[in-house]
Amino acid sequence: MFNKILTFNDNLFYQGSFYERDSKMPPLASVVGWGAYIPIYRIETAEISRIHAKGGEKAPVRQKSVPGFDEDSLTIAFEAAKNALRRGRVDPREVEALYIGSESPPYAVKPSATVIAEALGLSRRLYGIDMEFACKAGTTAMISVAGLVNSGIINYGLAVGTDTAQGRPGDELEYTAGAGAAAFLISKPGRDSAATIEHVVSYVTDTPDFWRREGEKFPMHTFRFTGEPAYFHHIETAARMLMEETGLKPSDFSHAVFHQPNVKFPQRVGASLGFRPEQLKLGLLCNEIGNTYAASSLIGLTNVLDHAKPGERILVVSFGSGAGSDAISLVVEDGIEERRGLAPPTLYYVNRFRVIDYATYLRCRGFIER
Amino acid sequence: MSYLRSVPRVWRERRVKYQLIGGRCKDCGRGFYPYRQICPACGSANVEQVKLPERGVVELFTVVRTPPAEFAQYAPYVVAIVRLEDGTLVPAQLTDVEPDEVYEGMEVEAVFRKYREQGPSGIIEYGVKFRPAR
Amino acid sequence: MSRVYVAGVGATRIDEHWDKSLRDLMVEASLKAINDAGLSRRDIEAIFVGNMSSGYLQGQEHLGSLLATWLGIPGVAASKVEAACASGGAAVHNAFLAVKSGVYDCVLVVGVEKLTDAVTSDATSALIMAEDQEYIAFTGFSFVALNALVYKAYMKKYRARQEEIASFAVHDHKYAVNNPLAQYPRLISLEEVMRSPVVADPVRLLESAPLGDGSAALVLCSENKLKELRDRDVLVELAGSSISTEIFSVHDRTDLTTIGASVKASRKAYAMAGVEPKDVDVVEVHDAFTVLGVIHLEDLGFAEKGAGWRLLSEGQLEKDGDVPTNTMGGLKAQGHPVGATGVYQIYDVVAQLRGEAGKNQVDGAEVGLAQNVGGVGGTVTVHILRRVR
Repeated sequence: MFNKILTFNDNLFYQGSFYERDSKMPPLASVVGWGAYIPIYRIETAEISRIHAKGGEKAPVRQKSVPGFDEDSLTIAFEAAKNALRRGRVDPREVEALYIGSESPPYAVKPSATVIAEALGLSRRLYGIDMEFACKAGTTAMISVAGLVNSGIINYGLAVGTDTAQGRPGDELEYTAGAGAAAFLISKPGRDSAATIEHVVSYVTDTPDFWRREGEKFPMHTFRFTGEPAYFHHIETAARMLMEETGLKPSDFSHAVFHQPNVKFPQRVGASLGFRPEQLKLGLLCNEIGNTYAASSLIGLTNVLDHAKPGERILVVSFGSGAGSDAISLVVEDGIEERRGLAPPTLYYVNRFRVIDYATYLRCRGFIER
Repeated sequence: MSYLRSVPRVWRERRVKYQLIGGRCKDCGRGFYPYRQICPACGSANVEQVKLPERGVVELFTVVRTPPAEFAQYAPYVVAIVRLEDGTLVPAQLTDVEPDEVYEGMEVEAVFRKYREQGPSGIIEYGVKFRPAR
Repeated sequence: MSRVYVAGVGATRIDEHWDKSLRDLMVEASLKAINDAGLSRRDIEAIFVGNMSSGYLQGQEHLGSLLATWLGIPGVAASKVEAACASGGAAVHNAFLAVKSGVYDCVLVVGVEKLTDAVTSDATSALIMAEDQEYIAFTGFSFVALNALVYKAYMKKYRARQEEIASFAVHDHKYAVNNPLAQYPRLISLEEVMRSPVVADPVRLLESAPLGDGSAALVLCSENKLKELRDRDVLVELAGSSISTEIFSVHDRTDLTTIGASVKASRKAYAMAGVEPKDVDVVEVHDAFTVLGVIHLEDLGFAEKGAGWRLLSEGQLEKDGDVPTNTMGGLKAQGHPVGATGVYQIYDVVAQLRGEAGKNQVDGAEVGLAQNVGGVGGTVTVHILRRVR
């Protein structure tokens, strides 16, 4: 059901790779580097609740990450991308794509990709762009870059999901709107890699569950409508489409990572798709860092890659409001182990934090200015 | 202030500031930041551009409590002279750290952050700051 | 080449002159100096105006020509001289050269600055222009913050305590009490200094020169012009005048506890005037911050490196000590209208040499030295004056 132009000699590259033994599909691309970044500050939902709901409001996560006053989704993406480059051990000048998925770029017009590419010293012959599809913009960036390398247009490309999500004070999304980024260095399919991207599927409909009009500071959402018709329908459909097209079953996967706006939704969708809680464990971080929007499922993926063993298969399904889901299936390769230690692991960022109070939070987010 | 509103200036300075590009004198061996054509130590014109190391230690620091106008909302903040691994000294702001946690000799690493913006409608000036090293 | 004499001096009080503009101030000081010389405005052949921030704070450049017109003598040679906080000293050096060369017989040099039209943060922005704008100001360093690093380096290297250095401010205030031009003619205690707010660790507010407005002026003349001057018992010669520069940025230097430009400029000036440090009876140092006062005394040759702070506790800086210093209040208490300071210092030395220093008088003062510093020592000017009659 997919047509791809294969521009490599798969016998030569894939003899002995886990991908080849296991799969019947031609590989799409390889992940040769990965990295995440989460700002150092956290605010506990209990503290938010102290201000807005006199305590006792059941919080969807325990705490969320908060960007410092000198951070934005661009600087956050930079560090994740840098970590991916470190692991990839590639000269930045050989990287010819930088696709950034975000709904909170510092400029509405002028892609963060332009600044980050300059700061990282990437190739000037560059396919650079920022893209928006709410919380699935990062996975879409990944798919796009995979397409660029697969078609032979480029050899190496970076895909990043990054956000400093805007939470309207007093709104229920304020409890979870966090900040973070994850980046992936993607190359043509090859044996020396951390993981092979074997299959991708994207499912998109016109579903207005959550949006932000041009010029507005904060998004609107539709409370319970964001559940079944939005989050659950799209993730389940995309996941099932992928499994149908590949012939894979939940038990073929060691890990499943879902978009995580809170703790309960991914647990529910995992169960309804037939996954066991242990398969979700490594990828589920939102209780400690909140919903990092376009980075949400991807930061979960980086944590899986920090721990997974060669041969294991990973399913990632994102969800972006508006709405759509990307489903990506990866197989971990031998090359993952030698790359792990080259950059800080995601749990390092998750576990190193400072808790701030609500007033400091308002200052950091620019709500109170001198 | 017109200088602060200048876009060509930011564009012109970006590479040196984003990547911390210094100079190394091929005659006397001194490293310095920012890059310039003439070595400030020995006056030689035999200077090459180098991308400076990203780790170092705090050589001297202070806490700015009465800031210049464009930094008014960020005070108090810590500024320092950092001695990089190759001996080059660079002036920088420290971040992700409280003023009372900083000490001379503290190991730091470079990070890419916002320094200032030219107003809410203007461009953003990014650069290298330092945080406590991992 | 001619010898250069100080024909007249004049200055405004240093204050927040809400009701006086930059022009008003420089005209006032100029007229006082010309009057003090016993000359008329028409005797002035050239004007040098020392100022740092008129462009940024007043939106006004071209001060030389402006003053010439406002003094009613358009047509004379005139220009603005700028060297950050050493603009005054640099202007004096230019005027000195003008007379010494024989090209001009009578030159007016005016230092002027007006900082108080601006809010504090804009004044802070103006002052950091003395340092590297692109790479140091960009990181958020304020001028005080750079001096704070010097302070820390000095205390560490010479194991000096802050209290001992901070006493410099107490010293300045003691002498400002008797100076009618001073911005803060009142005593302060060391306790007050150490309890004042921290501006940039460890520098306290009361260790820092204040923001203020003021103008000071000198009329310099050649030997030819002497006979036309007002009759006076005393004649003061500008015997030595020098400028030196230092590696511009603090982080490019190897030793923050010394300012090479002070060493070089003073040696040049001593040689020119034919004197040594021990011959100097009264000293004005540029103590924008207390620690600088200490460092300058060392660099100028009045104390060993690292021992400058001891002169304070030993009372050597008093008017009857070995090295009477800042005997009219210095930058901390008399004031520091940036571009004017270098000229105020010479005004103060001349007052001492003429015997007109009142309660602050150093008995029998014959040779005086004034040191003016731009930035954190990027430029230093040293002037040596001698009573010749």
